[in-house]
Amino acid sequence: MQYLPNIIFLLALLVGIGFFARNINKLRRNIKMGRPADLVHAPAERLQNMLKIAFGQSKMVVRPVAGIMHLIVYIGFIIINIEVLEIIIDGLFGTHRIFAPMGAFYDVLIASFEILALLVIVAVVVFWLRRNVIKLSRFKKPEMEGWPSKDGNLILYIELVLMILFLTMNAADYQLQQMGAEHYTQAGTFPVSQFLSSIMSGMSESTLILIERSAWWLHILGILAFLNYLYYSKHLHILLAFPNTYYGRVTPQGQFPNLDAVTKEVKLMMDPSADPFAAPAEDAEPPAKFGASDVMDLNRVQLLNAYTCTECGRCTNECPANQTGKKLSPRKIMMDTRDRMEEVGKILDTNNGTFVDDGKQLLNDYITAEELWACTSCNACVQACPVSIDPLSIIMDLRQYLVMEKSAAPSELNNMMGNIENNGAPWPFNQMDRLNWAKESK
Amino acid sequence: MSKELRVPTMAEAVAAGKKPEVLFWVGCAGSFDDRAKKITKAFVQILNQAEIDFAVLGTEESCTGDPAKRAGNEFLFQMQAVTNIEVLNGYGVKKIVTACPHCFNTLKNEYPGLGGDYEVVHHTQFLNDLLKEGRIALQGGKFKGKRITYHDPCYLGRANQVYEAPRELIEKLDIALVEMKNCKQRGMCCGAGGGQMFKEPEKGNKDVNIERTEQALETRPDIIAAACPFCNTMMTDGVKNKEKEGDVAVLDVAELIAQAADL
Repeated sequence: MQYLPNIIFLLALLVGIGFFARNINKLRRNIKMGRPADLVHAPAERLQNMLKIAFGQSKMVVRPVAGIMHLIVYIGFIIINIEVLEIIIDGLFGTHRIFAPMGAFYDVLIASFEILALLVIVAVVVFWLRRNVIKLSRFKKPEMEGWPSKDGNLILYIELVLMILFLTMNAADYQLQQMGAEHYTQAGTFPVSQFLSSIMSGMSESTLILIERSAWWLHILGILAFLNYLYYSKHLHILLAFPNTYYGRVTPQGQFPNLDAVTKEVKLMMDPSADPFAAPAEDAEPPAKFGASDVMDLNRVQLLNAYTCTECGRCTNECPANQTGKKLSPRKIMMDTRDRMEEVGKILDTNNGTFVDDGKQLLNDYITAEELWACTSCNACVQACPVSIDPLSIIMDLRQYLVMEKSAAPSELNNMMGNIENNGAPWPFNQMDRLNWAKESK
Repeated sequence: MSKELRVPTMAEAVAAGKKPEVLFWVGCAGSFDDRAKKITKAFVQILNQAEIDFAVLGTEESCTGDPAKRAGNEFLFQMQAVTNIEVLNGYGVKKIVTACPHCFNTLKNEYPGLGGDYEVVHHTQFLNDLLKEGRIALQGGKFKGKRITYHDPCYLGRANQVYEAPRELIEKLDIALVEMKNCKQRGMCCGAGGGQMFKEPEKGNKDVNIERTEQALETRPDIIAAACPFCNTMMTDGVKNKEKEGDVAVLDVAELIAQAADL
């Protein structure tokens, strides 16, 4: 029975990590329902982008308040994970503060965890105030109603509770150390929890042990639960920001990809020796679909983008269409893409991995034509995203489907395109008059 | 106009056995739109003054296909591109300058993949290079001491990271360059991109160009400088909407330079 806690810990760890692995597999499968992305080979530049943008948080600090607060939570997340490593070893082997023999270095480590934990609490409170008291407009857009807003607050509550548990655990531990309790070796400095500790000064050893053990267990179980919450929340960015910035754009933002399927057709049309009435070869692939109407038509980087989005709304905040009251919100484009991807994922789950048409698609059932046609393609959303998400590319793919597969462009745009086709300019002017300006007076 | 414009075409140049240093891609707006034609002429005046060896395609030029591509018609875009590339390659064009950021972006970034590889520069880059090489000189002239704010065209700025060339030129005009709150990477669109120029906006509570014009007017400028014929139209309409056309002029960087030099 002596090993019961170790066994329970091992089981909790296995279940926690097992479920997480299952979710990650599902995530991979869902992303793979997209087309392979045609990526420019530039590993060095991509690595540099990841280091700068994700590790270095370079685009977060464009907005200083949110940027610095986020930096604290981010550093807290990375550094405090060293403590989690110690907790896991202690839990598995029944040791207590296994890293304590590091001596002075351990003191510094624990002290820095504590200070970071306090700073994280401050940052989380600021974030909560921004969402719920100051009510920043970008957190109150229509797409944020219901679950997305709850999700955002829930994450803050979980982080707050985890930090409080961590400090409580340390406070009780420190008190026990001072009492000379068995197992509780003198180790670490506790610049923050010493104040909590003084409240506990009158408590008996058994009460303190109960507090310390409860906080310790709840803290690690909380972390495992949080890990599994990620897949169901906007919070996946803490992991996916890294691959997403790696796979982000390395070409100029103005360069939209040229569709290969179209190039083939155009070359065929321009080729005088091609037989326009030739029957397609027996083994010819079915003609490619132009543009995208559902998530399967998007590429894998676009789908990874959707999972990475943490709904911060900087894109929507910078969008000229959204700023002037149009329905378009680049954040909603990403949220819709993810929701539809999840929906298709569930269809795959219930049909042994094959997709059964559910009569719905990303276009119209999630994203409307009105939203798509409001876009000015200005790239402000792409520029604003702190983790290299490209909502514009999805907008353009959906527009391509509307125009090339459905001939469903607004009539004024059809006029414009008719003019280009007939006289080589978007307006109804004769191409032969193109140089008239040179002869006109000033 | 004091002097007649000298605008040789590529066909004339080749017939005369010459190979011009640079092709001036005029673009549809620059060829047909009354306001944009003034920008075209101003740029040609500077080129003539500096005796730059250039040519235009004239009636052989056709839309780059940019508005079709942004509207989702990849097919029409590639038809235009392939046709234009045939003409450009036929003349052995190496370097292209254009006063339209949309033509600039398309020629520079989207033509190479279809067989059209050229050195493509925006006219503000070209003029800035001429200035640095000492082939043109800039002076404040009638703009001396005026307040000018510069509106970044999306397809020049964010799309292609050209922020400094137009500003360096403007600063040479002895004027006070005042930046808007949203400039450079965070510059707001004028509302014309993505095919919006050719259609009515979607339902909203304001037009994009009005919002952007308000941002520009906040700097209390005498002049709003632009570097794109479409931005120019949108900002001009915005200034008119605010009934400020008597106080605030909207001018292209090329027009500023030509007018300052009294060309």
